[in-house]
Amino acid sequence: MTDKIVIKNIKKSFSSGSESKAVIDGINLTIGDGEFVAIVGPSGCGKSTLMKMIAGFLQPDEGSIAVDGVERKGPNANGILISQHGSVFPWLTVQQNLMFGLNDEHIDKAAVADHYADLVGLKGFEQHYPRELSGGMLKRAEIARALAVKPEILYMDEPFSALDALMSLRIRTELLRILEEERHTVILITHDVEEAVHLANRVVVLSNRPATIQTIFDVPFAHPRKLSDPALQQLRDDILRELGIDC
Amino acid sequence: MIKLKKILPPLALITTLIAVWWIVVVKTGSVIFPTPLQVVTGALELIEDGTLWEHISSSLMRVGAGFLLAVLTAIPLGLWMGRVDGAYATLNPVFQIMRPISPIAWIPLAILWFGVGNASPIFLIFIAAVFPLIVQTAAGVHTIEPRYLNAAENFGVSRYKLYRQVVIPAVLPDLIVGMRISLGVAWLVVVAAEMIALRSGLGYMIMDSRNAGNRYDLVIAGMIIIGVIGLLLDGLMRLMEGHKSVRWRYDR
Repeated sequence: MTDKIVIKNIKKSFSSGSESKAVIDGINLTIGDGEFVAIVGPSGCGKSTLMKMIAGFLQPDEGSIAVDGVERKGPNANGILISQHGSVFPWLTVQQNLMFGLNDEHIDKAAVADHYADLVGLKGFEQHYPRELSGGMLKRAEIARALAVKPEILYMDEPFSALDALMSLRIRTELLRILEEERHTVILITHDVEEAVHLANRVVVLSNRPATIQTIFDVPFAHPRKLSDPALQQLRDDILRELGIDC
Repeated sequence: MIKLKKILPPLALITTLIAVWWIVVVKTGSVIFPTPLQVVTGALELIEDGTLWEHISSSLMRVGAGFLLAVLTAIPLGLWMGRVDGAYATLNPVFQIMRPISPIAWIPLAILWFGVGNASPIFLIFIAAVFPLIVQTAAGVHTIEPRYLNAAENFGVSRYKLYRQVVIPAVLPDLIVGMRISLGVAWLVVVAAEMIALRSGLGYMIMDSRNAGNRYDLVIAGMIIIGVIGLLLDGLMRLMEGHKSVRWRYDR
């Protein structure tokens, strides 16, 4: 597996008033092409800051992030961020949203949009406005909009946290099915350890603020994974223990 | 039925006010202040000889021209100020100083610059309408949620697409509010602006009726017509709030 993203010793601190608070304190991580890496950590440890830096929306104070060997300076369409709060444009229809990132190389943008709407189970809702959709459908529209531009990398920042458990599980299963077809490199930030072991090849556990990598767990199970599998449960418990929760 | 329930109370209040007005004028035996009936007859007189339409269309034309100029100036300027911090920092203080200056204070300058033709009242209406719209547009751009701008940046779309599909639709609800305020103010200053107008407009009609023979019936008729047209104009602007591309902002 070739290296897709190489993160070298990045640091970031924010200053409020005169004092400066370190948020990220030296993180090194290499992510392979087509790999699915989940990052978990205590809340407020700087996971979202880390994600913003990897996706290019924030520059690290020190260190570097390279994608395909080229240093990342800002966001681009090679890697799409799916944010926690959602960013489907409420003033565009589902179809217009899905067409948003498509450039003029696509001859029939509407057809591409409709294909991806179908892929995430939004067939028949192409002409609806986001306010007419449920939370789960909105999330799927956002994922479809990202997939439509065929990004090499998906940056997912707690994408399912606003959904109920059932909807979260359903979308996770759909995501796995889609990833089977279109291989993307995925970085997933989550606070849900079960979600991490369900989806990822590796789970990175961050420490408390300022965040450093505490441990990295391999998830050596083939898909489809059963959440009730004892080995998976054991791994989940190990990760939770690492986060300081005994169960 | 629900509509009737909403209309009935204000209708009752207006009827009562007219009745009180009538009774007071009759009881005090005022010779100058007209009764509602005299106002209506006065207005009918103007409708018959056609001058009322002339006044209304002149006023609407001036307000329309001044407001249109304000829209054409304020929206690009407001968008630019909203997007470019340097432009905002430089221009905003100047506009904040100009905004509280009443258009009436501009009358001497308007006469100096534009004479007493149509240009002066149009200029005054423009001055009144342009600043609130600039401020509202820039504020609208500033309140666009960063997640939408970030998403647009992420997809690497062209500047044209960024404005066409993100910035402008996102500020459209604010633009509509700004245009409502702006048109309201434009109509508000029409009387003052037409004090210096030649022979036409509702403002001119009011001033002329008083100067040429104390026709207070026509003064009041003019005032009421201005009020009613103002209400209709606002209703027209409010129709835009129902458009489906801005409904996301209103029904939640």
